[in-house]
Amino acid sequence: MTATDPNARIVVTLKAKQRLGDVIFSRASRISGIIILVILAAVAVFLTAQSIPAFFADPADLIGSPESLFEYVWPLVFGTLWSATLALLLALPLAVGIALFISHYAPRRLAQILGYVVDLLAAVPSVVFGLWGIGVLAPAVLPAFRWLTDNLGWIPLFAGPVSGTGRTILTAGIVLGVMILPVMTAICREIFIQTPVLHEEAALALGATRWEMITMAVLPFGRPGIISGAMLGLGRALGETMAVAMVLSATGIVTLNLVSSSNPSTIAANIALSFPEAYGVNVNLLIATGLILFIITLIVNSIARYIVNRRKDFSGAN
Amino acid sequence: MATTTAPAALTNTLTQGQLHSRTPWVVLGLSLTAAAGIVSLMSSGAGTGFSFAGVIALGVLFYLIMIVVISRQVEGRRKATDRFVTAIVTGAFLIAMAPLVSLLFTVVVNGSARFDPLFFSSSMRNVVGEGGGASHAIVGTLLMTGTAAIVSIPIGLFTAIYLVEYGQGRLARAITFFVDVMTGIPSIVAGLFAFAVFALIFGPGVRLGIAGAVALSVLMIPVVVRSCEEMLRVVPNELREASFALGVPKWLTILNVVLPTSAAGIATGIMLSIARVIGETAPLLIVAGFTASMNYNLLADRMQSLPVFVFTSYANQGVDTQAFLDRAWAGALTLILIVMVLNLVARLIARIFAPKLGR
Repeated sequence: MTATDPNARIVVTLKAKQRLGDVIFSRASRISGIIILVILAAVAVFLTAQSIPAFFADPADLIGSPESLFEYVWPLVFGTLWSATLALLLALPLAVGIALFISHYAPRRLAQILGYVVDLLAAVPSVVFGLWGIGVLAPAVLPAFRWLTDNLGWIPLFAGPVSGTGRTILTAGIVLGVMILPVMTAICREIFIQTPVLHEEAALALGATRWEMITMAVLPFGRPGIISGAMLGLGRALGETMAVAMVLSATGIVTLNLVSSSNPSTIAANIALSFPEAYGVNVNLLIATGLILFIITLIVNSIARYIVNRRKDFSGAN
Repeated sequence: MATTTAPAALTNTLTQGQLHSRTPWVVLGLSLTAAAGIVSLMSSGAGTGFSFAGVIALGVLFYLIMIVVISRQVEGRRKATDRFVTAIVTGAFLIAMAPLVSLLFTVVVNGSARFDPLFFSSSMRNVVGEGGGASHAIVGTLLMTGTAAIVSIPIGLFTAIYLVEYGQGRLARAITFFVDVMTGIPSIVAGLFAFAVFALIFGPGVRLGIAGAVALSVLMIPVVVRSCEEMLRVVPNELREASFALGVPKWLTILNVVLPTSAAGIATGIMLSIARVIGETAPLLIVAGFTASMNYNLLADRMQSLPVFVFTSYANQGVDTQAFLDRAWAGALTLILIVMVLNLVARLIARIFAPKLGR
């Protein structure tokens, strides 16, 4: 057998042996993935199924006997969008600033620790934010609200009369803003750090100051990150429950007034506060509002993810 | 030799037209001092208390004006803008730190009043005033979070393995997308989902610990998947190829090469995901309800959890208001301690065992 014929064609289809372990492992991992899809589908199906009775119920049976379902839902939707917008407006400039500070201003050794410190904000449970909002923030912002009403009262936003407790939609917006800061900062920071070093150094070598370097190299590169961070933050703010439920003293009206004692509630906060006492068709009603919230956040998050996924280089996780 | 000039006469052209590196600090100190003077004068004139917030706000305003004016005179317009932005960016960071510091301070001060052995050893059964504790809530939190973790970790880890090691094509893309979508599910919606499922089986008004665990795992799975996936992706392909070249089957390669390499990162991700769900209030309030008694059984009756304990202590204050508030704050302190310890340990694991990745 020493002399093998070089012309002999050995036709062997190279196929890995199907081992039992391999089969089990690949099946298990594939099934886990499918389970996730099933869970998400189940969330949609169950919420829809449970909310259908609310659409056909007599409005007189609903909480507060509104004239129609729309009249009950609209102030909540408005409050949800309004408080989340406030939170976003307050938090976005801060988040970009913090991310820039950590990525380009702070000393390199300090930067990572500062990043952890900001992440600690994300670790604080929302119920604790609620307690803090009532106990510390609301009394603290009250003088500022009074000043706003006295001096800027001609703007409808600050028309007053000022709430006696400080538990207004603006306070809730501030709490929400603090709560969404970490996620927005994390995403902005992640993409700012990935700015090509050569771009930065080229700008600096041409004599740009640090700020000019940032406007020329970092911000254009990081724009998708900023946008998607803002959208993810918006998604968080829309769905945030307990902090709003505790801080906001809601009356269920539609108003743009930021500092008065009558404020619109949010969908999530309304569910948390009304659910323990709800019965009959009202449970379906609350689930229906939950479905609306689910759809709103789904749209916002999908847009954010679409923007993130166009840049595959970085992930928006955590 | 005759042409030597004294070194003092030499001007360094490189640092000419620049402020000394310590100038901003001096300006900041002067601004704060001036602001403190003005505020104390005003407060003594108006008879109001001395306001630290006022001093800092005024001082920062002074600093902004001063540094821009000085820098503009010495360094020119572009440098002045740069210094202005530097001050603003640093200020943004400090503003963001203010709520964190204030929150931690408040929780520690208010929470330490009832942070005693009794708080951890007794439940709220038959307690109307002082005394009582959160042992039932802590047990409930551990049971529900533990169950959620037992469900979520295998599903999440295997999905991550599928995405990294096996998945290509439409299914993998769909899973990736929907995991991202799932990350954004509001916690209250997860609670409503668990309620809808269990109400279908047990009828309306159902409140069960296991339903809380289901809600928590809906929130936890996507976080586990994302962090595990990220960690598996950084395992160098050379390791897998070396293993395949030695004839090791794929599943053993994953089990013995990929997973051990990324074990630290996976542990970190899992701890962070636990830290995220352990503070969830809204879904548990809806599906697990609240109670004053100890309940070890996930499958029967209401079950209290620590975040819900904090909320209900605050929301349903009994006759002795202060006792309820103290318990709420002590619960908040316990919760923050648990979450922060989980976070710090997770970061520590990641830092110590992290694979080296350059910048």
